[in-house]
Amino acid sequence: MNLSISLTVNSVRRDVELEDPRVTLLDLLRERLHLTGTKKGCDRGQCGACTVLVDGRRINSCLALAISHDGADVLTIEGVAHGDQLHPLQTAFIAHDGFQCGFCTPGQIMSALGLIREGQAGDDPERVREGMSGNLCRCGAYSGITDAVLEVQKSLNEANQRRSA
Amino acid sequence: MKTFHYIRPASIAEAVAAAAEPGAAYLAGGTNLLDLMKGGITRPSRLVDVSRLPGLDRIERLPDGGVRIGALVRNADLAHDPDFARSYPTIAEALLSGASAQLRNAATVGGNLLQRTRCGYFYDVASACNKRQPGAGCDARDGENRLHAVLGWSEACIATHPSDFCVPLVALDAVVEIEGRAGRREVAVEALHCLPGDTPARESALEPGDLIVALRVPGEARAFSAHQRYLKVRERFLCLCHGIGRSGVAD
Repeated sequence: MNLSISLTVNSVRRDVELEDPRVTLLDLLRERLHLTGTKKGCDRGQCGACTVLVDGRRINSCLALAISHDGADVLTIEGVAHGDQLHPLQTAFIAHDGFQCGFCTPGQIMSALGLIREGQAGDDPERVREGMSGNLCRCGAYSGITDAVLEVQKSLNEANQRRSA
Repeated sequence: MKTFHYIRPASIAEAVAAAAEPGAAYLAGGTNLLDLMKGGITRPSRLVDVSRLPGLDRIERLPDGGVRIGALVRNADLAHDPDFARSYPTIAEALLSGASAQLRNAATVGGNLLQRTRCGYFYDVASACNKRQPGAGCDARDGENRLHAVLGWSEACIATHPSDFCVPLVALDAVVEIEGRAGRREVAVEALHCLPGDTPARESALEPGDLIVALRVPGEARAFSAHQRYLKVRERFLCLCHGIGRSGVAD
């Protein structure tokens, strides 16, 4: 079976020939496109390490078949910074010690990006924790992660207020 | 994972014909199906990808005040639809009480209705399970079964249906629209799922090729929107969540 798909990954169009329909979006990113920032944790949709944005929404790339996402626009952790300029979420994770070993961090940051875009959590710590509950951190850096997300949300709110003022 | 043929039909009629073949399974969000396939619990030989079928991703207000939800509407989109969440808070709360944001962004309404049990013995292919392998026995009966059924179980199976979503749908008399080889028909959500009885492998009233295309919730339920809540009376294990939900409806 020869299946060709075309994806936009981090604003670059990528054409890929799949020899097998079983390839997940996660394995395609890591093994075929060598974008290894997206991590394979449980590979069963429970840990969130594989979180990417597809068409602007956060999903578990381990439970997505690549073939089913032909034409999708994918954003991974590699596409978040602008050159050497970190994304505000990346800066905030460093400032608030939002990680120890760092394995879950790409998924945490992509999930936080999705959460902020969804606009459901606001500045409520409990809702941020609930909104980030699909991402596990075995080092237990949850407190710093929550603080980092809240800080970025707060600065976004302030920027929006300045713009509308 | 066993390999399979991948088919992406262009219409509902093509999808029904392709999925009526033995060994076929529908793929939409894939969050439950791929997990089951990775574990070797479900081994389809053909995947019929319905995720792009046109016209099944809309939430429509009906003339009687009810709502018609396309089967491909994502769980998150339904839960966060302002008009829907205001009219049917118990359904929106049930959706948001399950899984994670990533899973709710991918999982569809139709797939949520048809997700499989989270019984650990069903998932463990080394255990005996009448649902996975009819006649094999049930290791859950004398196993770790604190999360299993209190009502409706049988000698053959004590697994529960894991969907929080289905609980208020039954309470509010929701109906599914099904496209099959004999055309379109409607089935109440309450009649969609079968009790295990002697045949726990048969889980729903669906026949080969049947595709859920929409879900309808009647307008009367809006009348008591201020008095409906969904309370999940059980701890949550991320996507391994089981619900003994109570959908309180009082007027």
